[in-house]
Order: sequence, then C-alpha cells, then structure tokens
Amino acid sequence: MAGRILGALRRLNELGTQYYNAPYRAAIARARRDEEDLFMLLVFSEMMGIPNPAAWSTLELQPLLMDRFHEWHTRMCMERSPLDHFRCC
Amino acid sequence: MSAIVLLLLGLGGMAAGYLFYSRFIADRIFRLDPNFRTPAHEYEDGVDFVPTNRYVLWGHHFTSVAGAAPIVGPAIAVIWGWLPAFVWVVLGTIFFAGVHDSGALWASVRNRAKSVGALTGEVVGHRARTIFMIVIFLVLLMVNAVFGVVIANLLINNPGAVVPVWGAIAVALIIGQLIYRRIIGLGVVSVVGVLALYSLIYIGPQVPVALPDQVMGLSASASWILLLFAYAAIASLLPVWVLLQPRDYINGLQLFVGLILLYGAVLIGNPTVVAPMINVDVPAGTPSLLPLLFVTIACGAISGFHGLVASGTSSKQLNQETDARFVGYFGAVGEGSLALAAIIAATAGFATLADWQAVYTAFGQGSLTAFVDGGAAILAGGMGMDAGVAATLLTVMAALFAGTTMDTGLRLQRYIFQEWGEIYQQKWLTRPLPATLLSVATCLLLAFGAGGADGSGGLLIWPLFGTTNQLLAGLTLLVITIMLVRRGRPAIYTLGPLVFLLVMTLLALLIQLKSFYDKQDWFLLGLDLVVLVAALLVTLECAAALRKAFSQEPAEQG
Repeated sequence: MAGRILGALRRLNELGTQYYNAPYRAAIARARRDEEDLFMLLVFSEMMGIPNPAAWSTLELQPLLMDRFHEWHTRMCMERSPLDHFRCC
Repeated sequence: MSAIVLLLLGLGGMAAGYLFYSRFIADRIFRLDPNFRTPAHEYEDGVDFVPTNRYVLWGHHFTSVAGAAPIVGPAIAVIWGWLPAFVWVVLGTIFFAGVHDSGALWASVRNRAKSVGALTGEVVGHRARTIFMIVIFLVLLMVNAVFGVVIANLLINNPGAVVPVWGAIAVALIIGQLIYRRIIGLGVVSVVGVLALYSLIYIGPQVPVALPDQVMGLSASASWILLLFAYAAIASLLPVWVLLQPRDYINGLQLFVGLILLYGAVLIGNPTVVAPMINVDVPAGTPSLLPLLFVTIACGAISGFHGLVASGTSSKQLNQETDARFVGYFGAVGEGSLALAAIIAATAGFATLADWQAVYTAFGQGSLTAFVDGGAAILAGGMGMDAGVAATLLTVMAALFAGTTMDTGLRLQRYIFQEWGEIYQQKWLTRPLPATLLSVATCLLLAFGAGGADGSGGLLIWPLFGTTNQLLAGLTLLVITIMLVRRGRPAIYTLGPLVFLLVMTLLALLIQLKSFYDKQDWFLLGLDLVVLVAALLVTLECAAALRKAFSQEPAEQG
C-alpha cells in the first residue's frame, strides 16, 4: 500500500515537472546552448591563440564563469584563485 | 433564476459537446489516426519536439490560452443580458472554438508542426501570410495596451490587491530559484508557493496601497500603467526561468484552485441571477447586440490567439494525433468554463437588479470590476469567506492572468520587431533592448493616444481587439477548410463558422467606423480602417482560395 502511494506520488511529481517545463523547455534549452557555444568559442580561441571574437561579451559572461572557475580551482585543491587578475574568493 | 441551473446547463452542454460532437469531428472530419507518426516523434530533439503526456499538454495548452480575455469579454457582454452571452459562450465553445482549436492542432501536425502563419503562406498564399503577420502584431499590441489598463483599474478599485499582485512576483522569483538550483523538490515548492500566494491574499486587504491622485501631473491610473509596462519590459528581457516560468506555473495552479472555489461557491450558495435575461433597457450609447456580441466575447467562445498556441508549441509536443481532440477541444472547453464563471459572477453576484444596473451604466463598464465584485459576493455567500479577502483573491487571479499575458505578449511583440529588423536589415532593431523599448512605446502610444492622459485607451479599443482576434481565427479556419476540401471531406463544419465570423467581424468594423467618425476619434478611426482593410483582404483571399480549392479534384491524402 505504502509502495503504491509512493509510486503515485512519484508519478505525480514527474507529471508536475513536465507541466512546469513544457511551456519553456525550448527557450531554456536554447539559452543553455547559446551559453555553451560562447564558452566553447572562448576556450577554442584561447587554445589556438586566435584573437577572441567573443571578447565583447566576456564581461557579460564573468558572473557565469566566476562560479565555474571557483568550482574548478577548489576541485584542483587550490584554496584561492591562482590568477592574480581573476579573484573569485 | 438560479445560478446553479445556468452552471449545470452550461457545463452539461460543453461536456456533451466534448463527448459527442468532438468525437464526430475527430473521427469523421479530421479522421485523427492513432498510428500517424506525429512531428513530436518524427523530429524529437528534446527541445521543441517532445512527445508529451496528454494531460500535461492539456494543462500547458489551457493555461497558455486562458488569460484575462475570457473574463473581460463576457463581463462586458452581459450588458445585453445574461442569455445572449451564455448562449454564445456555450454554442461558441461547442461548435466554433473546439473545432477551431483541435483543427489548428490537426492542420499543424499534418504539416510538420508548422505554425499557422507559415501554413497560411503555404496553403492559402503569400499575401495571406503578410496579412497574418500584421493581424498578429495588432492583436499583441491591443492585448498589451488593454491589459495594462485593466490591471491598473483593478489595482485602483481594490488597493488591498496591490501587495499580493506585486508580491506574487517575489514569490515567483524565489520559487524559480528554489526549483532551478534544485534546493527543494517541485511538489513541496508548489505547495509552499501556493500557500505563500494565498497568505499574501489574506494580508493584502490589511495593508491597502493606493497611489496618490497626482504624481508629477500623472493620474493614479497613468502611473500604474507606466509602472506595469516598466515591469513587463524587464520581465520580458529576463531569462524565462527566472520569472516567467515559475510565475506561469503558480498561476496555472491558482487557475484550477480559483475555478474550483468559484464553482463550489455557486453550488453551495445557489445565488440568484439578478441581471435581466435580455436587457431591453441598455444604457445610452450601447452598440447593438448583433454583431457586437460576437466580437466582444472572443476568448471563451472562439479566439484566433488559440490557433497561435495550438500550432506554435502544442502541435510540436502532441504524442498521438488522436490527443488533438483532448488537448484542443477540451482546452477550449476549459476556456469556455472560465467564461461561464465570469458570466455567473457578473450577473448573479449582485443583491438586486438596481445594484447590477448601477455598475452597468455604459458599454465597457462592468468588465473585470463586475467579475471581481460579483464573484466575491458569491464566494462570501457560498464559502463563508471574508468579502474583502474574496475580492482580493479574484482581483489577484484576474491581474495575474493579465500580467502574465502582458509580459509574454510584449516578448512576442519584441520578436516580431527583431524579425522585421532582420528582414529589412536594421541591425539595431535586432537587439532585444531597442526592440523591447519600441514595443513598449507602441503600446503606450495606443493606451495614451486613444485614451488621453489617464491612459485608458485599452478599454476603448476592446471591441477592436475582438474583431482583430476573430480575423485571426478566420484565417486559421480558412487553412483548415482548404485542407479539408483538398482531401474531399465535408468542409461545412469549419466553413460555417468561418463565414459567420467574417460577416460579424465586417459588420462590427463598419458599425465601429461610423461611431468613431461620429465621435471624431481619428486615432481609433485610423486603427479601425487598418483592421477593416485587413478584414476585406482576408475575405477576398478566402473567396479566391476556396474557389480554387473547390474547383480542384480532391486528392485524399493523410
């Protein structure tokens, strides 16, 4: 009985999530894709030494990159940011 | 006359329409096929094309199409008495809206889930597509201008609603973060969000907020309208997950709760309909029922806007073609039931006929205020709710609907400007900020240009919104009819509503043209002329496309 109730609740939650996402699924996926595209462009140009075509929007990206950068350096066992000009914590 | 009779007759009629008429249309006319591979499966990409559970899709479709319009239209139209509005809502839902909405889904699904605008270009012709773009732009422009005024009036008439209406934005922002950052599960967030909203509704009447009569020479109404447009502009520029997504979600939940409460209160309290069955003593200046009734109630009976949603997002998520009946037709029934609730609230929520007449003193009066006051009286009588809290609840319900429609409408209008920027190679116009500012500017021009210093232009153009919206519905019906004729199937079920709509729309436009000329209102006269030219062009396109379709040998295809 408890299992059935739990199953029904799980199904309800699943349907609720679908209902929450349905109207905006495409818009969010597109925004995420754009962000990924820009990130890839940044990394790629940095790696190949090509002048960065997305430099104009790096400032805009900074808040997004900050969290990831912080996650990266803590994951790498560096307590503080290793870059002098990019302090996140 | 007991309101329960009205409620049961209306809901019974619409239920019968869904059970019998929609089955006939789905099986015999559209011939929905459970084995047809829908675009959701054909092009499944996890982004636009996603096969979705039909109940979920119905919820998405219904809440997307249900805005303030199915409340505003009927609440204005009861000025001619409750019977005409009731009959048009019930029959309109059964024979017009259900067929139109499920037909739009079917037409789109059979054409790789293209939007009805793109379909018009392919099925009818490129001229029709150009008219379509103009008509969509006008509809969005009018929706935004109208709803700005409607919410401003609600906030002025019920200062207790200011805290919950604006507080709902904070609630949405918080639950958006909670869900996005996966701090709490959706189920708990839903309960917490709804409880927070209803707590604000309870608190609201205790801390009423009213703007001063004059702020920098602006009336309270004008100040609210400017504030609302500033909000809508910001909301439409924010990423959707920050505000719009959680706001629509909470709003959807609230719609179901609100409808259940209102219908429950009618069944328990059994209020009496005090408004006349047919009002023979209409206030001076009220236009004639025929044809204005059919453009005053657009959403709730038939609305072109539904075709945009059906072919825009719903058709890309349809799991099985046979689901079009449930999602499209039953979605229209949902909207019809909201319109029915509005009719009952605006006719049975008053103590006496004199009270009702005191509200309906001129055409366009009543509107949402009648829905809120009447509905609050019904809720207070049936559920024993405090009258102030009940009024706040309904005000918040109506204002949130209008608000979400406004910020989505503004976003869509911005897309149209950005598209025009690309077509005409105006790079500045393709950026979100200038396109949004231009959208806001056109809406404000309409609100203040037509309505003067208090920005009430929105309500003056309400019947014009109806005609434009019905033209959009006409174009969608035309696409469906031509597809049916080409397949050699009976087309009378869509051709009938199409002809009826076009005749009523043209008549209404001509009558309005005369009244604007008499009033020497050149702004509305110009706008009316634009819609009239579009209507005439649609009629000519209809005639030409239908003649061509009928003269061709029908080819049975999918």
